[in-house]
Amino acid sequence: MAERMALTGNEAVAYAMMQINPDVVAAYPITPQTALMQKFADFVADGEVDTQFVLVESEHSAMSAVVGAAAAGARAMTATAANGLALMWEILYIAASTRLPIVMPVVNRALSAPINILCDHSDTMGARDSGWIQLFSENAQEAYDNTIQAVRIAEHRDVLTPVMVTLDGFIISHGLEVVEVLDKEAVQDFVGEYEPAYTLLDPEHPITFGPIDFSDYYMEHKRSQVDGIEAARRVIPEVGREFGKRFGRSYGMIEEHGTDGAEALLVALGSTAGSAKAVVDDMRERGLPVGLVKIRAFRPFPYEELREALGKAKAVAVMDRSISFGAQAGPLALEVRSALYGLSLPVRDYIYGLGGRNITLEEIEDILQEALEMAKTKEAEPLVKYVSVRE
Amino acid sequence: MATLKELSRMPELLSPGHRMCPGCGAPILVRLALRAASEHGGVVAGVATGCLEVSTSIFPYTAWRCSFIHNAFENVAATISGVETAYKALKARGKVEGNFKFVAFGGDGGTYDIGLQALSGALERGHDMVYICYDNEAYMNTGIQRSSSTPFAAHTTTCPVGKVRKGKTEFPKDLTGIVAAHRIPYVAQASISHWNDLYRKLQKAFSVEGPAFLNVLTPCTRGWRFPSDETVEMARLAVETCFWPLYEVEDGRWKVTFKPRQKKPLEEWVKRQGRFRHLLQPENRHLLEQAQAEVDKRWEELLARSE
Repeated sequence: MAERMALTGNEAVAYAMMQINPDVVAAYPITPQTALMQKFADFVADGEVDTQFVLVESEHSAMSAVVGAAAAGARAMTATAANGLALMWEILYIAASTRLPIVMPVVNRALSAPINILCDHSDTMGARDSGWIQLFSENAQEAYDNTIQAVRIAEHRDVLTPVMVTLDGFIISHGLEVVEVLDKEAVQDFVGEYEPAYTLLDPEHPITFGPIDFSDYYMEHKRSQVDGIEAARRVIPEVGREFGKRFGRSYGMIEEHGTDGAEALLVALGSTAGSAKAVVDDMRERGLPVGLVKIRAFRPFPYEELREALGKAKAVAVMDRSISFGAQAGPLALEVRSALYGLSLPVRDYIYGLGGRNITLEEIEDILQEALEMAKTKEAEPLVKYVSVRE
Repeated sequence: MATLKELSRMPELLSPGHRMCPGCGAPILVRLALRAASEHGGVVAGVATGCLEVSTSIFPYTAWRCSFIHNAFENVAATISGVETAYKALKARGKVEGNFKFVAFGGDGGTYDIGLQALSGALERGHDMVYICYDNEAYMNTGIQRSSSTPFAAHTTTCPVGKVRKGKTEFPKDLTGIVAAHRIPYVAQASISHWNDLYRKLQKAFSVEGPAFLNVLTPCTRGWRFPSDETVEMARLAVETCFWPLYEVEDGRWKVTFKPRQKKPLEEWVKRQGRFRHLLQPENRHLLEQAQAEVDKRWEELLARSE
């Protein structure tokens, strides 16, 4: 039977990992991920898992060891944050293009400099072109559910692409919530046995992983990698529906909240989507036609779903928790505008919450009020605004 | 101990047809190492980015008849440690049959320099793996740049001999000593010229439980500038001049495994290589003397340490 427990986001993900019981987990500490691996270490120490736990000397080696383990046919995981993810950057690409179904929770934290340990999305956004699937979590429950589903998504034969499950540093990772933790047997049954397509450890069939590829094949390999992540558009909702049937919580590429008849829509990622739901409910009660579209899958990006959900509104406000320096807007807003290409819909980006800067319900309401104004005037300028910044 | 005849009859796990240069020392080492590993069953070889990797795995071909993984430049130790960990996990869960040995190959760039941290970490964690450095004393794959293994006064493309500077100004890092300081079960320095000594060390390395390390001199005809039929001779002279002593460190005990009957002057080795040509000019004689003094010092230190 599922059990309701008071857990932090880090603990919830550690529970998911314990219940998945991967063959290999590599770990290296970094705030705010540390508590996650500490909890998993407790499970190892208490014999709750029989995972081989490798305590490496850097995140670069964590990802490298996990690549080796996955190539050897193991279900392999690691977790990181911020600078740790940045240090892995080289190997992220290798993991994805070697088509290894690794699952990695990323506890979102701002990248240095200045050094800062608090939440923003600059780490994950920096890895958005690495070839990984990226699932954002709104709260600890979703971080738990996403970690379990990520195994099925990554290992699907049509996908074979690694998955990052993100949770906002401190806000989710250290906040205590009531989380419904499933039966270990139910989780084991849901994720199933891992049957690798290829392994280094088949004595009858030696295999070469990671060959050098020149101009005569490189492009075809990259093109086939696209097929893998594109297949995830179908597999992510499939797995999310099956999860819903079994456990009562369904997931798709996006989640709509109060979008029916909404004139102004907000697009947000992660924990902010949870705050925005409360703001939308409150404004709706006051008769204001506003709604929220929460993005769960950032990669592959849900263009079609967004176009359909946003296309009915008259204005869109996007909340970006990172900057794409020198670009016309933050990473999320760039993607949203791209999804709406050809539609005459004003879109404004709101950059907020960098380095853990708090975002209040009042500030989210202000953004939605401005979006309602945009719906009337059709005027999106300025295209980018910074929330609660001293200029 | 296997004879050459017996070794020649063992399965060849690195097939002919690869694109290593004629006269390259590395395949000599790799072919022997894979033989020693295969005495125990299946083999998985990890290879760092470098000459060996780019010349043996050109898609859609592969020269590797055992399983092979290349990940990146600096992480072959971490990668093979992950493979070995997966083997332990899958073996315990009954998902893998048969026995496997795990070997990592890195050049001196990938081992002395960029891969040193990953190597140190993997050794400390105690994985059952053999790490073999094929040391050709520079970044040969990218075109002969200086590494921390490059000998004093040698010419490379990043420490060239010019009007003011005369090659590398530093002495090489003592990598074998650094690895020995990890107190792993087995550490050895070997050379392709002494196949018998090398093969015996490889056998020991693959027999111990836990990490083992071999640093093997594999001369590079392009980078050292010698005719491609003199590779083994160049390795032999490095040993006979005591520039590259053969020794092993077993359970903390140091032992020189080959003492030349008569230690040859370093010049015997240096004068046969284009990268040292400038050392024969009278105005650079002092550099050769410095190089000789350092070789003598290190050799005496090793003898004092050796049982």
